This record gives sequence, C-alpha cells and structure tokens, in this order.
Amino acid sequence: MLDDVDRRILRQFQAAPDVSIAELAERCSLTTASCWRRLEKLESSGVILGQEVVVDWQALGFAVEVSLRITLDKTQTTAFDEFLAKARTVPEVLEIQTFLGRVDVRLLVIARDMTHYQEVYRSRILSLPHIADIEALMHVARIKSHEALPV
Amino acid sequence: MIEVDEIDRKILRALVRDASKSSRSIGEELGLSQPAVWRRIKRLKDNGAIVGRRLRLDREKLGLGVMVFLGVKLAAKGRVSLEDFERAVTAIPEVVSVEHVLGLYDYRLKVVARDIPDFERVLRRRIMTLPGAGQVEANVLLSEEYRYGPL
Repeated sequence: MLDDVDRRILRQFQAAPDVSIAELAERCSLTTASCWRRLEKLESSGVILGQEVVVDWQALGFAVEVSLRITLDKTQTTAFDEFLAKARTVPEVLEIQTFLGRVDVRLLVIARDMTHYQEVYRSRILSLPHIADIEALMHVARIKSHEALPV
Repeated sequence: MIEVDEIDRKILRALVRDASKSSRSIGEELGLSQPAVWRRIKRLKDNGAIVGRRLRLDREKLGLGVMVFLGVKLAAKGRVSLEDFERAVTAIPEVVSVEHVLGLYDYRLKVVARDIPDFERVLRRRIMTLPGAGQVEANVLLSEEYRYGPL
C-alpha cells in the first residue's frame, strides 16, 4: 500500500515531471537515495506506468478538435467490438472511451481545419459500423488539462 | 504552425510512448546520432510542439476506481461569468480536466473518485454547487485507450 511519503512523491512528481531525482527528493524533503528507492518501488509495483511527452496538436497544424459522442445499435451483439476495431484504424482518432450511461463510445477526433474535419467525418467516421446516433462537441479551449490525479 | 518531417514524427512517436527514452537510444533506432536527435527534440520543445511531460499513473492502484465524464450546461448564460465558473471548477482536485466546448454542453469535465458513493459526494457537494451550473450529464468510464494520432 501507498504511505504518505509515496503520495507526497507522486504529488510533487505529477506537478513537475521534468525535475531530476535529486530535485524531486529535495521537494519531498527526502534523501536522493531514499527517493530513488521509493520511485523504483512505485514503478515495479505498477503505480507509475511511465512518462509521456504531451504533444500540442494545434502547434502541429491540427486546429480542430471534436469530441464525438456515439450511441451504438446494441441489437447486434458484436457492435462494440466491430465498431472499436474499425475506429482504431482511423489515424485522426486520438482517444477512444467506452461508457456506462447515455453515450456508449466517445471518439476524440482532430483535423487540420473544418474542411479536413468534414472529410474525415464523412469518409471515415460515418462509415464506422453500428452507429445509431452521433453528437458532436467542438472544443473551444482547455481550461484545466494537467490531468494530475488527487493522490 | 510548425513544419515537421518524417524523422520529427518518429521522434515524437517514440517520446509519446516513453518520455524518459534517451536521445541516444532513439538515435540508435532511427539511425541518427545522439546530438542530431537532441537538436531535433530541442527544436520541437522550443517551437511548442512538445509542451511538457506527463506522468502516467495507474488510477486504480491509487484507489481512484471511478472516472466519470460530465457534460455541464450553464443554467443562466450571461448572468454568471464564465470566469467564475471556470475558476471554481478548476479548483476542485477531483476534476482532472476541464474543456470549454460548443454543442449540447458548455463544459466537459473529467472527474475521478474512489468509488460511486464518493463520486456522488463530489457531484452533489462540489459540482452541483458550482456558480451557474445547470443540467449535468454523467457517463461512467468503462474503458479508455489513447491512440498516437496522425504521427
């Protein structure tokens, strides 16, 4: 189980994933060696899964971001699997989530501009199998995006 | 917008999977020298294609078994300022992401909680009481996958 020191490390590390272990240890009031040992343990037990860089898709020329909330035709037992397998083949799909609720699946789709979005939507999204209904939410701004978990 | 070539894309692809990967080992995979990779990564950072790093944590191992996506509509548009709502919602630790959207809802929130009763507490005490919050739709996350996008 995690103790308070582990949680302190995770809080500090989430807030500043760029810092060195020595710096992280200092922020947590630990010695570098004990901080390092705890990080090793958090990694080997699978609490820390890894690190990723965050890409700014807008800077790369993908100005349009749309959240598609999809309801599937669940009379077909294979609807979910077939839909998900096909959705994974669309390169513009960044995230796929499945839900319990009014919405079955959410796809996060990016595109260069509205023309490109229209093209992706018509040729790649609408051709996905078993769609009963689609609602679109267009992203205007990220207000909080750090995604730090409250540990 | 930043021009990136195929090598930049390969470097981004490697770093999105594992941000702690050294420029030496990326270089070995791509047949580039370590300084060449380092220069490209520096350029991608300087021009904002890479905005930072994120720690990937196992939510369930941290005791946060539930993630819910919320669509929130503001009750009285114009009467409450968006800033007031945004400031208040951003301050809630269980709300890990906030996006301003256009469509059926005004904001899309991602909320984490220990379990469903804990989520109910967050929803009732913190979300429903936000200044201007109106209709709320909740979808409980069942599965989630991140794709690497058009890299």
